[in-house]
Amino acid sequence: MKTNRRDFLKVAATATGGLFIGFYWSGCDSPKMQVLTDEEVLSQAFNFNAYLAISPSGDVVIYSPNPELGQNIITSFPMIVAEELDADWSKVRVFQAALDNEKYDRQLTGGSGAMPHSWERLRKAGATAKYLLVQAAANKLGVEASELTTEKGEVFHNGKKKFGFGELVSDASKLTAPDEVMLKDPKDFKIIGTPVKNVKNKEMFTGKPLFGLDIYREGMVNAMIQRPPFGMKIKSVDDSGARSVSGVSDVIVFNNNVAVVGESTWPLLKAKRQLRIEYEPDGPIESSFDHDRIFKELLESKNAQVMRKDGDVDAAFKNAAQVITSEYQCPFLSHSPMEPQNFFAHVKGDKVELIGPTQTPDRARMETSQLLGIPKENITLELTRLGGGFGRRLRADFVVEAAELSKILDKPVKVTWSREDDMTGGAYRPAVRYRFQAALDEQGNLIGYKLRGVGINAGNATRENNFPSGSVKNLLIENIDYKSPITTNAWRAPITNFLAYAEQSFLDEVAIAAKKDPVKLRLDLLDRAKNNPVGEIHYDIDRMRGVIETAAEKSNWGKSKDVMQGFSVYFSHRSYVAQVADIIMENGQPILKKITAATDCGVVVHPTGANHQVRGGIVDGMGHAMFTNLTFENGLPRQRNFDTYRLIRMKEVPEIDVHYVDSGYDPTGLGEPALPPTGGAIANAIFAATGRRIRSQPFIEQKEFSDIKLQIRRA
Amino acid sequence: MANYNLKINGQSHQVDVEDDTPLLWVLRDHLGLVGTKFSCGIAQCGACMVHINGEATYSCTLPVSGVGSSEVTTIEGLSKDGDHPVQKAWNEIDVAQCGYCQAGQIMNAAAFLKKNPKPTLEEIENAMNRNLCRCGTYHKIREAVALAAKTK
Ligand code: FES
Ligand code: FES
Repeated sequence: MKTNRRDFLKVAATATGGLFIGFYWSGCDSPKMQVLTDEEVLSQAFNFNAYLAISPSGDVVIYSPNPELGQNIITSFPMIVAEELDADWSKVRVFQAALDNEKYDRQLTGGSGAMPHSWERLRKAGATAKYLLVQAAANKLGVEASELTTEKGEVFHNGKKKFGFGELVSDASKLTAPDEVMLKDPKDFKIIGTPVKNVKNKEMFTGKPLFGLDIYREGMVNAMIQRPPFGMKIKSVDDSGARSVSGVSDVIVFNNNVAVVGESTWPLLKAKRQLRIEYEPDGPIESSFDHDRIFKELLESKNAQVMRKDGDVDAAFKNAAQVITSEYQCPFLSHSPMEPQNFFAHVKGDKVELIGPTQTPDRARMETSQLLGIPKENITLELTRLGGGFGRRLRADFVVEAAELSKILDKPVKVTWSREDDMTGGAYRPAVRYRFQAALDEQGNLIGYKLRGVGINAGNATRENNFPSGSVKNLLIENIDYKSPITTNAWRAPITNFLAYAEQSFLDEVAIAAKKDPVKLRLDLLDRAKNNPVGEIHYDIDRMRGVIETAAEKSNWGKSKDVMQGFSVYFSHRSYVAQVADIIMENGQPILKKITAATDCGVVVHPTGANHQVRGGIVDGMGHAMFTNLTFENGLPRQRNFDTYRLIRMKEVPEIDVHYVDSGYDPTGLGEPALPPTGGAIANAIFAATGRRIRSQPFIEQKEFSDIKLQIRRA
Repeated sequence: MANYNLKINGQSHQVDVEDDTPLLWVLRDHLGLVGTKFSCGIAQCGACMVHINGEATYSCTLPVSGVGSSEVTTIEGLSKDGDHPVQKAWNEIDVAQCGYCQAGQIMNAAAFLKKNPKPTLEEIENAMNRNLCRCGTYHKIREAVALAAKTK
């Protein structure tokens, strides 16, 4: 509660920074009402805390501090504040807050962590303001606050409307905020859990400037940068061709980069192609076949890091009636958000203005501060909407280089990455290879389990405490990380985006070897984890069981002989998701028809947003498992644009049937958790339908898959 | 450099640019019409779609010299107040995630429905397959196109 009190007392000019664009699309619904402009509302509004201000007109201003990249937090966060305030949602206007360490903490988008972090804070922000408004009403009426009720922005006494919130804000803002406030019983929620429309729809669907690339400022120049291949540095640059392109004002070599600068973008795209840059080695220059060799070597290495060890694995494998060994491999992937990387920077002496799409504004400012030696306080960062992120915009490389270039040019500059720049510019999902081994006893019980992960700049390629850890008596999880000049980064559901696939496919192999139903195998293991836990358990057994049972039930698991099904379940980023893929055969041809998903993310705050994240995560997981590859030749990706880097398209997505398990827990994030289980569910269904086990991604490039001719068709 | 007189969203615009400048960059950099998006630049994703005489066209590979006297419509000019049936359906179905691809999706859908007002779901999928959505909003796009066809 302390936070709110402090925030309340700080009557800061909240209305600076941010994008002053409201979301009224329905002004015409109530033609008689006088609609104030955003500027009018903002200038009149009383600040209640860092999230909330209310104007005497009754218009409610809610600030959303976290970067918006499609997870629709810009709608769901304000819903939570408005819920506890008992606001009239039609009078709410939402603004993106600029970076502000004093008002907000954890202003970042990543790890599906914003919702669990902010749930209570946002509720209290709304509830505290409501408390004060009610108190102000009670004072005016000379009654007890407990005699008053609120609904849709109005205060009632004995069922009669007494005040609108707007009439109370001036008085309320003079009262002292309480240390404790009552929060609603979730069963009384009126806004949370309803399909509120995205507050940015009108601007998005009419082409308003919202994104970083849409930023244009007085006196600004444009720039594009040629970055070096991995493991190389610039030896010499011949920029004569580039300089001769009309519209190019400058070519600048800095920091192993070559920037072309001009008034508009097209000449820069042309000039970049005219650059003649000679590079020389600066480290190992790798190709994909090097990585394949490195994987093989390191899987045999004696020097792995032990991540978890339970029981006596050697004995278990020695006594096993059956040992199953399988290896799984994934390639690097580019994040490829539809909006390529870009940022605006203006270094003016010892002040810096930064504007653009970043998932980590704080980190971007810090790194800029470090590079330029300019104190953090002198750097402002305004967030635009992000045209996707997927983890790529957690890094600050594209911010810092823009700032550096602005300093060199002594001008405001917007750096735009071409698609090719974005795809060759690094920070990839790391390539990883796993070796799984399972020891089964005579009855097919899993008595030993080994996993070794080898990753290229993957850090820890395992998640040693995830299921099935805790359910197997003898278990060994090891990791080896190979250091490469190819840069990697978190990519939507880091590590688990492929680990889950490999592990869930392998568990399917185990089930088949043990002659057990794959769902039963998992439930039996969970029983063992519950009744005879081995070591620490880092997942909630009942919640995992809940999604497994729901997915099995909703998909009619095992009920039809004509439907070949694949099962998969994963716990990541605090949420639980189980999925079933359905394949039917038509004239001997397999057709992927449907994926059923059961999710436990606690309270579903915004059903539309949740469905978007579950379906989007599944489409993402499926597309990259099946189609997408990023391979290297001499330190450079071979795929550089969407003609060769194949992303999933509309005709390639099956029906997706989404269900939630109502566990009553506080909400957890959903930006990532639906992705990891998908590839495994599909691969297991492919096995069920065709007897082919696909152990590497992308499927379409594996020889086991080549003659299957899997079609994808919706019901 | 050459002077071009372009008909965009019912108005004429003069620009002085190189012949090979793609319409996309004329719109964005020279005319401030930034609703049309850049993503791949090689006619693969549809983020840059506009209407040329009513035909959904990739503006990233169309040189300004090839536009001539054609009528260009961008997302900004699709309707006066964002109330084109496709835009309304996009709101109703709440299609967007990040939203970056959606202007292109809407432009493609609007041109498609004009030609084929009562499409089957398969026809919708075939038409919309030209546009990538990295966020995976394909189910909602399909639903919204079907709704727009119904409410026209
Ligand atoms: S930017 Fe034109 S099709 Fe991708
Ligand atoms: S909504 Fe993000 S790319 Fe389509």
